Amino acid sequence: MSPPDVVRSEAEPLVETVEIKTHFKTPRGIARAVDGVSIQIRRGQSLGVVGESGSGKTVLSRSIMGLLPRNGVIRDGSVRYQGQEIGNRSSKEMRAIWGREMAMIFQDPMTSLNPVMKVGKQITESLRLHLGMSASEAMTIAERLFRDVRIPEPTRRLNQYPHELSGGMRQRVMIAIAMACGPNMLFADEPTTALDVTVQAQILELISEQKRDRNMSLLLVTHNLGVVAGYTDEIAVMYGGKVVEKAPTKTLFADTKMPYTEALLRSIPRLDQPSHSRLATIPGRPPDIVHPPKGCRFAPRCAYVRDLCLNEEPELQQAATPDHTYRCFYPVGSPEYLERKVELTRKGELVSTGDLN
Amino acid sequence: MAGTGKAHLRNSDDVLLRVEDLVVEFPVGRTGLKVNAVSGISFDVLKGETLGIVGESGCGKSTTGRAIMQLPSPTSGSVIFDGTDLTALSGEPMREARTKIQMIFQDPISSLNPRRNVRDIVLEPLSIWNRGTKDEQLATVDKILEHVGIDPQRAAESKPHQFSGGQCQRISIARSLVLNPQMIICDEPVSALDVSVQAQVVNLLEDLKKEFGLTLIFIAHDLAVVKNISDRIAVMYLGKICEVSSSEDLYRNPAHPYTDVLLSSIPVPDPTVAVKKVSVEGEPPSPVSPPAGCRFNTRCPNASDRCRSEEPTLREIEPSHFVACHHPLTGGDAPVTVRNN
Repeated sequence: MSPPDVVRSEAEPLVETVEIKTHFKTPRGIARAVDGVSIQIRRGQSLGVVGESGSGKTVLSRSIMGLLPRNGVIRDGSVRYQGQEIGNRSSKEMRAIWGREMAMIFQDPMTSLNPVMKVGKQITESLRLHLGMSASEAMTIAERLFRDVRIPEPTRRLNQYPHELSGGMRQRVMIAIAMACGPNMLFADEPTTALDVTVQAQILELISEQKRDRNMSLLLVTHNLGVVAGYTDEIAVMYGGKVVEKAPTKTLFADTKMPYTEALLRSIPRLDQPSHSRLATIPGRPPDIVHPPKGCRFAPRCAYVRDLCLNEEPELQQAATPDHTYRCFYPVGSPEYLERKVELTRKGELVSTGDLN
Repeated sequence: MAGTGKAHLRNSDDVLLRVEDLVVEFPVGRTGLKVNAVSGISFDVLKGETLGIVGESGCGKSTTGRAIMQLPSPTSGSVIFDGTDLTALSGEPMREARTKIQMIFQDPISSLNPRRNVRDIVLEPLSIWNRGTKDEQLATVDKILEHVGIDPQRAAESKPHQFSGGQCQRISIARSLVLNPQMIICDEPVSALDVSVQAQVVNLLEDLKKEFGLTLIFIAHDLAVVKNISDRIAVMYLGKICEVSSSEDLYRNPAHPYTDVLLSSIPVPDPTVAVKKVSVEGEPPSPVSPPAGCRFNTRCPNASDRCRSEEPTLREIEPSHFVACHHPLTGGDAPVTVRNN
C-alpha cells in the first residue's frame, strides 16, 4: 500500500452515519427514537454515547449494527462501514459483518447467553461459522480467548453453563465471544450497569485493553458520565433522539456548551462534596418522542430557556475548538446564559456545586 | 475483615435501633450446607441519623435490612428497636411494631400493585390499620402525595405503569410515610434510576427526613450516593462489617483495604483524572464456604499469614472510626504497604 493510501484510510471513518433516523410505529403515533444523527468513528477510536433512558442511545447503536426488526420500523439516512453503505442490507447480508467486522456486548449477560448451552459451545459456534475452524481448533482458540479476558481455569469454565458463572464472569464470557472473530468495531451497550462497582472497573479496564491491543474501534453506550470520562476519546450526548453536544472527551468536560450536558454533570453525586450537600437536579421528564416539543427538545426543562428556544429548533453549532458541536441558542458562557445565571443565583434557585470547570 | 466486635456501639439514650450479633443463614437445598449471608454483625442507629450500609452484591446488606424487619427473622442475634427486642415478638405485636419501620425497594415499579390506582396503593396501610375515618385517610394520603411531588388528582386516576421510574419511587416513599414511621430502610432506592432522577429522589429523602423527623438506613452499592446522604457508614463484605465511621472520615481516611478498593473503583466524571488501576482481582468468594480468618484475605493486597488464620475484630483507630483489620491503612499498626493513590 502506498503511503498516501495509508494516510487516507487513517483519516477515513470506519463507521459513519449520516442523518440516520429510526422511527417506530406505535399505537400512539410515530416514535422518533433516533431523529437525524450523524457520527463518525475512526479506527482505534472510542466514542461514548451518553443520555438518559429514552434518549435513543441504545436504538442508535442497534441501528448501526442492523439489529432492529424490519416490521414497524421506519429508517432513513445512511450507515457506512469502511465507506460502504450497509444501512439497507438485509439480516442475511449483515451476517457477513456481524461477529467478524462488528460485535456487540449487552447490558445483561444472563439474558444474552443461551442458558441451555455450555459457554464453550457458544464461543466456538461463531469461530466455526465465521472462520470455518474445526471443533478442536476452535476450542484451542476459545481457551486462549478466555485467558485473554482473564477467566481463571478456562478449560473447566468452557464446560460450564451460564448459570454456573457469576455476573462478572458472564460479562467476561460475552466479551470473549465478541472478540472471537477479531471484530474491527465493538459496540458495548451499558456493559457494566448490572455489575458491582469493583467488577465494573475490572470490566471497563478489560474492554479498553482489548481495544488497545486489537486497534479496535469502540462505541460505548452508557448513562454514566463517570464511565465515559475515563474510557473514551470522544463523547456524544443524546437527548430526545438527537445528538445535542459532541466533543472530544476533555473538551466536553472542560468547555461544556449545552446546558443539558452541564445539568447532567452537576447531578452526579461526587465523593469530594461534603455529606448532605444538595444535589443539582434536572426538573421534569425527558421529552415525549411521539410528540416532541416544537423548539429545542430540552427547552421545557432548561433553566436558561428563552422564547426563541420554545419556538425554533437550534441547528448544530460549531464551537471554538474543532470537532466540538452543540445544539443551543444560548450556550454555557454566552451573555444570555450568564445574565440568567446571575438571576437564578440571586433567587437561590441554582444549587451551587462548586465551579465545575 | 470481618468483624465481629462491638467496640463501635454507642451508649446513648438516643439509640433508636441496636442490632447485636446478627446472624442470618439460609440452607442450600437439602445439601446440609448453608449460605452465611450475615455472620454476626452489630451496629446501632441514633434518632434522626442516617446510617449508610455499602458493599457489593452478596455482602449481606439487603439481608441485614430485611432481618431488622424480621423478614425473615434472623437465625440469631437481637434487634432492639426503641427499647423492644423485635426478634422476641410474633403475631399481632410484631405486625404493630412493623408499622414503625418501613421499607422501600430497588425496583419501584414491581413493588407497586399494577392493577390498583396509585391513590389506593398509598391509602392501603391506613385502611388496614383503620387509622381515622375514610375522609381523614384520604386527606392524609393527598397531603403526603403532594409532599413527595405527585399530583393527588392524577394518582387517583392512574395506575403505576403510567408513571416513570422516579415517580414510582416517590409513590413508594409516600406509601412508606402514611403510617408515620420512625424509621425507613431504603434498599438500593436509586440504583435503578437515571442519574438526574437519582438526585431528585436523594434530595426528597433528605427533605422528608427533616420534615417528618425520620431515621434512615440507606443500603446501596454506590459509595458516592451513600456518602452524600449518610451521617455514618458501615462497609460490609461477605456477611461481616469491616469498617464503621462518619461518612466524611471514611472518604478522607479509609482504613480498611476493602473500603479503599471500593472508593478507588468509582469512576470519576473527570477525564483529566487518570483512571486508577484496579487494585483487586476477582470477585468475592462464595458465602457458602467463606475463607477462614479475615474474609477479605483472598483478595486483599496486604494479606499476611495472620489474616488467613485470625479474624480481626472491630477496634477504634480514631475517635468514632472503627475498623476490623490487622493491617489498617491509617491509624493503629503501621500499614504493611502504602496506599496506592
